[in-house]
Amino acid sequence: MDETDKKLITLIQADFPIVDRPYAAIGEKLGIGEDEVIDRIRTIMESGEIRRLGASFDSRRLNYRSTLCAVHVPPEKLDAAVAAINGYHNVTHNYERNHYYNVWFTLIAPSLERIDQILREIEQRAGIGPVLNLPATRLFKIQVDLPVIDG
Amino acid sequence: MAREFSDRERELVRSLQESIPLTPQPFAEIAAQTGMDPGEVLELVKAWKADGTIRRFGAMVRHQRLGYTANAMCAWDVPDERVDEVGETFAAAAEVSHCYQRPKAEKWDYNLFAMIHGPSAEDCERVAAALAEKTGIASYRLLYSSREFKKISMKYFIE
Repeated sequence: MDETDKKLITLIQADFPIVDRPYAAIGEKLGIGEDEVIDRIRTIMESGEIRRLGASFDSRRLNYRSTLCAVHVPPEKLDAAVAAINGYHNVTHNYERNHYYNVWFTLIAPSLERIDQILREIEQRAGIGPVLNLPATRLFKIQVDLPVIDG
Repeated sequence: MAREFSDRERELVRSLQESIPLTPQPFAEIAAQTGMDPGEVLELVKAWKADGTIRRFGAMVRHQRLGYTANAMCAWDVPDERVDEVGETFAAAAEVSHCYQRPKAEKWDYNLFAMIHGPSAEDCERVAAALAEKTGIASYRLLYSSREFKKISMKYFIE
């Protein structure tokens, strides 16, 4: 990645132009052509540094509900639990963490009833539980932009 | 806040939650797919950005690959009457990307969550210690992810 790539990533992370020819507009800011912008983005995406170029929606504004869940899973049940949890497209993040509650995942669904239903299904399928349901009651900060740093 | 989305709007959401085309006129291409007018797509995307329906539009990067190698979920036990003030203090820290109040639960005596990002675990610990000192909240713990089982963007309106 050269300096132009880094500037390009920073630019298209924070301020992607919503215009008919966005890549031409980005090129103007960077002093390169539309074709080069497209080529560079394609290369960066192939390398995996950028996983997607598109919209991130606010689930609440689309009338969805979200929550953070935690569950204690003994080692012998881990594979089955992960398979049961990850099987839902509603599960967007799932991590193993260093705590008695060692599996943490986020769940987004059209209703609170659907969230409850999914959690009961996971408990039954994997033979685990109870799954803690920890929906945010107040949001102090949601920031998804982090500047590109060397490393 | 809640509003209904028309079939065409749902189609546009489905399209924008994928990667937009790497062609000179990506929005015109999306418009053609969704049966909308190109100008209509641009106006809707701008309106959704303005009202917060689209939280962010652009490149979604892999933070871990770009130098933020450690992220800690820091959970705090904050007295109810101090949650507002402490939450605001945490939110003001540049290293904190997300901060939420959540309910306590069995064997889980923490009600304020702050995601802390840094180049290393030690950096995250230093940030947490500084926030503890600043707020006087001494009961907290940092949970690190030892394995990532899943990380995707949510797909809406597909069920």
